[in-house]
Amino acid sequence: MSSAIANKPLTFQELLFALQRFWSEHGCVLQQPYDVEVGAGTMSPDTFLRVLGPAPINIAYAQPSRRPADGRYGENPNRLFRHTQLQVILKPPPENVQELYLQSLEAIGIDLSQHDIKFEEDNWEWPVGGAWGVGWQVMLDGQEITQFTYFQQCGGMDLDPISGEITYGLERIAQFLQDLDSIYDIVWMRDPVSGGELTYGQVRLHEEQQFSAYSFDYADISSLWQHLNLYEAECKALLERAHTTLDEKRLAASENPQADELSALRFPTLGAYELALKCSHAFNLLDARGAISVTERVGVMARIRNLIVGVAKVYAEQQRLTTASHTATAAPSAA
Amino acid sequence: MPDFLLEIGLEEVPARMIASAQAELLKRTLALLAREQLLASDAGAAASNTAGLSFSTPRRLAVLIRDVRTQQPDITEQITGPAVKIAFQDGKPTAAAEAFARKCGLPLADLKTITTPRGEYLAAATTRKGRSAAELLAAELPREIAALYWAKNMYWRPGKPERFVRPVLWLVCLLGEEIVPVEFAGRRAGRVTYGHRVLHGPAPIPISAPSHYPSQMESAFVLVDVEVRRQRIRKALDRTTRAIQTVANPRWREDEELVDSVTHLCEWPDVLLGNFEPAYLALPEEVLVTVMRDHQKYFAIEDGSGRMAAHFLTITNIALTAENSSIIRQGNERVLRARFNDARFFWEFDQRTPLTARVALLENVTFQKDLGSYAKKSERVRALAAEFTAVAAEREAALDAEAIDQAAVLAKTDLTTELVKEFTELQGIIGGLYASSQGLGSRVADAIYDQYLPASAGDAIPRSAEGCVLGLADRMDTIANMFALGMEPSGSKDPFALRRAGNAVVRILAESTLSLRLSDLLEAAVSAADVRARLEAFFAERIEFYLREGCNQAYDVVQAAMAAGADNLRDLRARSQAVSEVRNGADFQAVSAAFKRMKNILDQAGISPPAGATASYAIGTPEGDLEFKYTEIKSKVDELRRRHAYREALEAIATIRPQVDAFFEKVMVMDPDPEIRFQRLRLLQFIVQSFSSIADFSKIVTVG
Repeated sequence: MSSAIANKPLTFQELLFALQRFWSEHGCVLQQPYDVEVGAGTMSPDTFLRVLGPAPINIAYAQPSRRPADGRYGENPNRLFRHTQLQVILKPPPENVQELYLQSLEAIGIDLSQHDIKFEEDNWEWPVGGAWGVGWQVMLDGQEITQFTYFQQCGGMDLDPISGEITYGLERIAQFLQDLDSIYDIVWMRDPVSGGELTYGQVRLHEEQQFSAYSFDYADISSLWQHLNLYEAECKALLERAHTTLDEKRLAASENPQADELSALRFPTLGAYELALKCSHAFNLLDARGAISVTERVGVMARIRNLIVGVAKVYAEQQRLTTASHTATAAPSAA
Repeated sequence: MPDFLLEIGLEEVPARMIASAQAELLKRTLALLAREQLLASDAGAAASNTAGLSFSTPRRLAVLIRDVRTQQPDITEQITGPAVKIAFQDGKPTAAAEAFARKCGLPLADLKTITTPRGEYLAAATTRKGRSAAELLAAELPREIAALYWAKNMYWRPGKPERFVRPVLWLVCLLGEEIVPVEFAGRRAGRVTYGHRVLHGPAPIPISAPSHYPSQMESAFVLVDVEVRRQRIRKALDRTTRAIQTVANPRWREDEELVDSVTHLCEWPDVLLGNFEPAYLALPEEVLVTVMRDHQKYFAIEDGSGRMAAHFLTITNIALTAENSSIIRQGNERVLRARFNDARFFWEFDQRTPLTARVALLENVTFQKDLGSYAKKSERVRALAAEFTAVAAEREAALDAEAIDQAAVLAKTDLTTELVKEFTELQGIIGGLYASSQGLGSRVADAIYDQYLPASAGDAIPRSAEGCVLGLADRMDTIANMFALGMEPSGSKDPFALRRAGNAVVRILAESTLSLRLSDLLEAAVSAADVRARLEAFFAERIEFYLREGCNQAYDVVQAAMAAGADNLRDLRARSQAVSEVRNGADFQAVSAAFKRMKNILDQAGISPPAGATASYAIGTPEGDLEFKYTEIKSKVDELRRRHAYREALEAIATIRPQVDAFFEKVMVMDPDPEIRFQRLRLLQFIVQSFSSIADFSKIVTVG
């Protein structure tokens, strides 16, 4: 098949390199994928928690995203149980953020004069995370290749500064670059010596087959409910403790301020967040198993929302208190 | 006088919001210029400016206004001071006169004397210097820009100093060749704008003068005039369609909404023809069109007989060349192929389990937690539909009871199909298509297909009587059960869209040929008295809404017609229509006013005279004339009413005016003699009763 793009379009891994290099050259921290199951790059703490509070951050990472219900046993050429997003967070977004994004497309071999690009309104909302933003889906020759969002709220809290989020769908872009009808035909890598190619299917098909089977046919429903309940209970207990550990009045009146400040700093909000994410994944598996009725759905989602929004609030408070105490102790030495 | 230009450069504004914002920016700018007396005052210029010019693309909003003053005119005002007799004593100015002169900043000699109705007063003419337009606009325009309405706003700058639809990138503001230093969202206006992102690139474009703006933009590959863009798109659609060789009499499927949407997605539009494998045409057209139109914003192509062809048109935001056309076409075709492939897979996969085998699957689909699954709902709907059918059949309608029953059983089964999970907007339609392809007959298939109609005000009601019965039963089940659970809408809260469901019930009752009444539906759907009372109030609101918003009837007409009965809605609609038609006639107005008077008198008298014959009044007396006229027209009105000739009946009633007028002019109803009084009240009572079955005229608002 002849390619529409260039003589040798990027392989899947070259595409990832090129985007990471691009954003690294534009001042982003390159982070590794988060190692707990998430449904989207947004749910990684590198996005969901870092967008909270005033501290600026530019960060980019590839995030494998699991959506059990989207699995098709590897038989559908366009749907995956697990796909890969390249997530970029720019907080605050630079004035030329759209131009930067367009340059990143040039960096992966897309000559804009040869394509039709449009920014169409697409607002993003994650009710379970109390999060929403406005933005666009970027359409390239009729294909949605990127979700571009200006975060406005997260964890039910208004953001200031806001963050710009760019989410590239790597499989779709690779399919586009290589002009392929099936994800599984994407050239993942090309041997520099022999020129031999490995495809996406060769690398990942067995995962799609087995995880689709697991999500739809094997996952044990009563165990999943137990997982969900256990993770939820532990997360709730942590959130409960956070209220005393991170109580501003108690810290101010502390008889042992150093120890209390240290325990506030070390309070494992990030651990609580992982537990909430575990719940979310258990929910997705139960959903794929068809074990959640439409009515129950709302109730279970509300439970997970309480955890995730609760974590976000604790995280923001912890940042506020520990950064303040940090500055307070740092100030005299600076003077 | 110079022209004025304002351009706001933005990151891509949502297509759906552009047109109204463009109009509002123009309106606000003109209002500001008029308020500050900056518009040229001569009549010709003022007339041309009442329109002004406005432009927009996804990346900009602009207004261009001719003949704007650079300077506000000076404003001369006369200030009245103390009375002359206080200001001068013995021909000499007093302290009061001097204080007034000081206040006006004028020497005493420049003060004048004016004569007012209250006597002679001192006065001074003062002149307020007009401000420069540049200064004024710089001060006032930011407020107007900030006040623009956007359906969804955002913050972007740290500290959140302002909200706007998308980040502002630049501002151009010129009065003639001069820059007006407007500041908004951290941007200061200059003369520099930017062209098409790709075709022109990042080079700045200094606008030399406001009137050059459209042409300068065009040379930078931006068509700022929305109508010019729309025409270019339409012409290109025509041209590209004509060139299709493989289709007989090809035409693109007209779709004004889609043309509008793509017009607001481009700065430099072009049209590209793409193709798909004809094999996909085996899929239902509804599915193909949903994919193309709603998901991809493509136009469908059909042949002369309206059959879909294996082509599509897409609007690009770039000039097409031989080279990029093939690349862009290839990309779009691949996307469409993937989507069609998915749809075909679902279509075939779903058919392996026919709708009849899906009934059991509805057990697992929850309708509402207290109301159980869709299987339960279907059973309830089925029972309701059977009752409605029985009632309607008793009257006149020819209904296929068996088809209704089968449609009710299968109506929701498409919720278990992959195709509906993928294209939720096609629920019902997909069920109808599967029913048809599975040989369930057109009565069943059409009823399922139309079950959600009307979904909004613009929709038709179901095509068949069977579809109407199914639609009524489905909605009455939902509404009645939700009310019974106390989940009725209140204020702005209507989470289960019960008002919309209620509107649909009202429209089907009022516009279908079914002879069902609202009370028939309530009788079958509700048993608890309190629920029924709340439902009656709910439906009264829905009916009023329908007559007012759907049929454009005035408030008082609706009240009058509803007071005469709001159960047979087809009849109610005809009655209120008739009242609307005659209400402005002078006789009808007078008769309405007279009815109001009669009702007041009867209410105040507080007696309800028994029915029976009235006393015999002599011909020639006002009572006798009124009674005679009443008897004369009563049989005519009754006859017309039986034939539903409401307009003619109302016109007949209005002919009683001279006798009513004469009666009230000459007769005192509340005569001291109780017998006389009683007989007169009885006469009025008869008239009011007989003529109030079309509408309660006393509710009509009359002039004077």
